[in-house]
Amino acid sequence: MQTNRLLPLFKQALLTFTVSLILFGPISGLVLEGFSFRNELTRAVVLAAIVTAGRVAISLVQMTSLGQALTRRMADSGVGVTVMTGTEKSPVLILALLFVAGLSLPFFADKYFLGIAILALIYCLLGLGLNIVVGLAGLLDLGFVAFYAVGAYLLALGSQYLGLGFWGALIIAPLLAGLFGMVLAFPVLKMHGDYLAIVTLGFGEIIRLVLNNWLDFTGGPNGAPVPAPTVFGLEFTRTAKQGGVSIHDYLGIPYSADYKFWFIYLVLFLVVCLVIYAVERLRVMPLGRMWEALREDEIACRSLGVNHVFTKLTAFMLGASTGGLAGVFFAVHQGFVNPTSFTFFESALILAIVVLGGLGSTVGVIAAALVLTILPELLRDFAEYRVLIFGVLMVVMMIWKPRGLVRIKRPAFFPSTTTDAGPLPLTAKAEVA
Amino acid sequence: MTTPLLEIHNVTMRFGGIVANRNVSFSVERGAVTALIGPNGAGKTTMFNCITGFYRASEGEIVLNGRDGPLDIGTLITKPVTGGSHLVTRAGIARTFQNIRLFKDMSVVENLLVAQHLVTANNLLSGVFRTPSFHRAEREAVDRAYHWLREMNLADDANRLAGELPYGRQRRLEIARAMCTGPTLICLDEPAAGLNPSETRELSEVIQRLCTEHDQSVLVIEHDMALVMRISQHIVVLDHGEVISDGTPEHVANDPAVVAAYLGVSEEEVEA
Repeated sequence: MQTNRLLPLFKQALLTFTVSLILFGPISGLVLEGFSFRNELTRAVVLAAIVTAGRVAISLVQMTSLGQALTRRMADSGVGVTVMTGTEKSPVLILALLFVAGLSLPFFADKYFLGIAILALIYCLLGLGLNIVVGLAGLLDLGFVAFYAVGAYLLALGSQYLGLGFWGALIIAPLLAGLFGMVLAFPVLKMHGDYLAIVTLGFGEIIRLVLNNWLDFTGGPNGAPVPAPTVFGLEFTRTAKQGGVSIHDYLGIPYSADYKFWFIYLVLFLVVCLVIYAVERLRVMPLGRMWEALREDEIACRSLGVNHVFTKLTAFMLGASTGGLAGVFFAVHQGFVNPTSFTFFESALILAIVVLGGLGSTVGVIAAALVLTILPELLRDFAEYRVLIFGVLMVVMMIWKPRGLVRIKRPAFFPSTTTDAGPLPLTAKAEVA
Repeated sequence: MTTPLLEIHNVTMRFGGIVANRNVSFSVERGAVTALIGPNGAGKTTMFNCITGFYRASEGEIVLNGRDGPLDIGTLITKPVTGGSHLVTRAGIARTFQNIRLFKDMSVVENLLVAQHLVTANNLLSGVFRTPSFHRAEREAVDRAYHWLREMNLADDANRLAGELPYGRQRRLEIARAMCTGPTLICLDEPAAGLNPSETRELSEVIQRLCTEHDQSVLVIEHDMALVMRISQHIVVLDHGEVISDGTPEHVANDPAVVAAYLGVSEEEVEA
């Protein structure tokens, strides 16, 4: 009995050791020195031994009953979508608590933490926006950062040339970004999958390159300053501009530089809540359902009379609008924008948020956005290994929960009466036709 | 006798040099089951795709005498910018697919709700702010979905994922979904493919009920001859892209050209 178990374990360990030795041998065993190699094979052997020990430890844990229960639970949660039963408890209490906690955060947090929270919420917005495009409508968009840039530069350049303020930008940004989304989407929406991804990737780069090279208008790599926000004309500066009133004078409280961040955080938090509400409503609305149907099967959608081009366009525009909104908050928080904030890496990060969160799941996207923005901050002590840990975490996530952090639940529907309403179908149809 | 619901005049469909349909003409009567049969590769599905607007016929015209008077399918598809096969469905022709195309990761009811997108309140704001008209439209849509689920004996599966239903039920769900678009003509592409005998029997009852109780016109492609003979009032036989026989089930069953096409009789025998 004992040897029966030990033999496969030994085989496994040997295999792991050999494979890791082959991998580590050239990578860390041979060090390039000028034109020759220095032999550091012992290091490779030590690394391989560590990996092997880890593998054996995992196998040993899996043999215990606790480990087996754990693996079973992991395997269970991998199963995708479920339909709700309609008897779930309403999460209103938890949501209300979260809302109050979110609102009161500025009173507990210091400036550093508040900065991270603002960044996390901005990524929440971006994730929610891209989730509409990728998660719900199933259109792979690799250039989402373009709309983020449109929002941010709208505030920066709008204030410079048109005297646009924070509130004005907040209203115009979704419209302008939506317009950009339409301009991009209209010619390309007949494409599918990979082709669409490449076109959007190109669009993202075009926007960045234009911002980088149009020196006269955008300031190029030097960027553009962004004015601080105002509330009802009140400013957040220590001494107000000519003819202005600063908020601490108006309220008769001592000056603090934190007020600006409190204000940005609170407005951002409310906007995020509104967007979450809207996106959650979309899931049970005809438009959201059409997006999801389009993701599942485009040909079937056409056979049901869904205008697939128009439906995709709405998804693209609404996603872009949300991205533009996030851009405004980013600009006002940084007080300065320049093209290096809008590289492809940002697009990839936002996409990672959506994929990790589980395509289409709002809660998952929010959780992933918080984790992916707060984690790098917590890992500052391991600065050098930050990206490595980040990558390992993603790989592990994708192996354990390939369908994202949160399992997607579909809403349940019930008829208004238990008996059949009779020949309702065609008569109601005729009214509209 | 009123005008037929769908008239197909001299339709030819070419893919490059290959002629899939040559000079096909037939008509689909109101409130009856019309079957389109023929050996494999006879061009049935191509014809079907022309009727449902997925292909534009190379020549000829397909006219639907629907709710809004005569309408040429070809012009709907080629309309600039807004044109496309979705307009054909809106004009009143719904279809199902040979290889089932359900929205597998959505629930059964949601599948039917998507089909009713023309009668639900699609306005973004009305849904976000939950206006009374939005609620009413949604409630009616859900009730209508349940109505068709009951018709298809699927009411118990309403809140399950469409993809986890057994194959036979997925077939019926696809028919229910097509019916939810409120069609004047429903086109079924091999509805009995892959069904066992009892499921086939259930399906034929469903189709007959559509025809008799709901006065629904049905066009069906099918290989199961027993099913075709049982349910249809009118049969059109295609072979090598051409109509070789057109008439009642009795007429078609005794037509030597049909027997030849299916059983492969030598040329001389047919001519004799």
